Amino acid sequence: MNARKHPIYLDYSATTPVDPRVAEKMIPWLTENFGNPASRSHAYGWEAEEAVENARAEVAKLVNCDPKEIVWTSGATESDNLAIKGAAYFYKTKGKHLVTMKTEHKAVLDTMRELERQGFEVTYLDPKPDGLIDLEAFKAALRPDTIVVSIMHVNNEIGVIQPIAGLGEICRAKGIIFHVDAAQSTGKAPIDLATLKVDLMSFSAHKTYGPKGIGALYIRRKPRVRLEAQMHGGGHEKGFRSGTLPTHQIVGMGEAFRIARVEMDAERERIRMLRDRLLAGFKDMEEIYVNGDLEHRVPHNLNVSFNYVEGESLIMGMKELAVSSGSACTSASLEPSYVLRALGRNDELAHSSIRFTLGRFTTQEDIDFAVKLIKERIGKLREMSPLWEMYKDGIDLNTVQWAAH
Amino acid sequence: MAYSEKVIDHYENPRNVGSFGKDESGVATGMVGAPACGDVMKLQIKVNKDGIIEDAKFKTYGCGSAIASSSLVTEWVKGKTVDQAATIRNTQIAEELALPPVKIHCSILAEDAIKAAVADYRKKYGAETEPKAAE
Repeated sequence: MNARKHPIYLDYSATTPVDPRVAEKMIPWLTENFGNPASRSHAYGWEAEEAVENARAEVAKLVNCDPKEIVWTSGATESDNLAIKGAAYFYKTKGKHLVTMKTEHKAVLDTMRELERQGFEVTYLDPKPDGLIDLEAFKAALRPDTIVVSIMHVNNEIGVIQPIAGLGEICRAKGIIFHVDAAQSTGKAPIDLATLKVDLMSFSAHKTYGPKGIGALYIRRKPRVRLEAQMHGGGHEKGFRSGTLPTHQIVGMGEAFRIARVEMDAERERIRMLRDRLLAGFKDMEEIYVNGDLEHRVPHNLNVSFNYVEGESLIMGMKELAVSSGSACTSASLEPSYVLRALGRNDELAHSSIRFTLGRFTTQEDIDFAVKLIKERIGKLREMSPLWEMYKDGIDLNTVQWAAH
Repeated sequence: MAYSEKVIDHYENPRNVGSFGKDESGVATGMVGAPACGDVMKLQIKVNKDGIIEDAKFKTYGCGSAIASSSLVTEWVKGKTVDQAATIRNTQIAEELALPPVKIHCSILAEDAIKAAVADYRKKYGAETEPKAAE
């Protein structure tokens, strides 16, 4: 394999590069038009305010809502915190029960854990083996005192798309606030808030070719959703989120979401073809498992487990590729992905998984290089694996007495 | 995870990967670890009539440090008697490969693999080395 200075980037669900068109739009708002959008007494402030409102309109357009329903935050993590804690605190006299899934992002799960410490009760639903929510189990989990449901739109690890339209109908009928983390779906899956019965939706700029450090929360006005603010200060953003607005970041997010709206359809098809090419490249390999449903899935995600290869050695062998692994390699131990464990994958398969996420700047050459490299490295590691040898000899590994250590 | 140059060298160019035929004479096998723990090592030694290990092979499912530890011991046991091989300690392996503290278990597993192979040899080929071990 030829040496490259930088590995090929196939980790677009971790973050995306800022689109050069976005970066170009941001720069003047750092140097020339540096005004505080809250300054009412001079042109610096007025210009900045106009730029912020234009960006707000662009974000609203991508998801088909009223710009007045968009509140700027520092990112999807903050949006998740504001939505879930804000709604739980405001509606706590109605009940103390919340519902979510085990495969949610940590920004939702850890917020739920915090609410549990404060006396709320949370139900964490198991996904089906394909990663999708079990609608019957969901309905059964709802109680008379359920006040908030939080289910993500697109899963960050396996890319499956949850049926938020149907979940919204169920929640609305019962008067339950429905929050959706949409950090992974803007520009990748259509969102129409005029028809979806979603009350709160979290957005991030840096997953959609915008800058890091900026996000937004959609807060429905009809019917009105109330939140308790989590950040207090100058009463910015109608009191929902105080703090001086970062004009350049906001301009960047607006432009990124504008481009996403204009280019999404063509981009999705191009990326889907590349993803299918990647998957087709693995077709003749034995003992590989795609994690998560392939049909209800964003086109840029492929998550595959390579059986009989250990996770850390796999990542070591992939250093020409920037990909994510199902093993969170911490200093002390190898933790298998909690998302894959929730699907029912065993530790070995969870460890040996690789998440490929493609994006705007992925080329066919990148994919062909990746396929060739993966086949070579998996082949080499399997030649070295006693488990692969036993599998090839027809030995059922579950019947082996292991000398555990 | 930063690996030492020696670990990377053994990972990229592992020595003596493979298996001996099941019926080859003088072959003994040690397999240690468990898939659920993330490491399985299989070490095989081929011992000649004079009790010298003339060849060794390994297969390892595990991290880079586990692969390097087992690759290294196949080099070290060659040319040694079975008894000499049994004296290799994990600390020597860890030192040679500059393993960080979280990877010491890989060297321990490699030492266990040698011991398991030696035990298998003694079981299969009988008492000829047993008295020496008792000395």
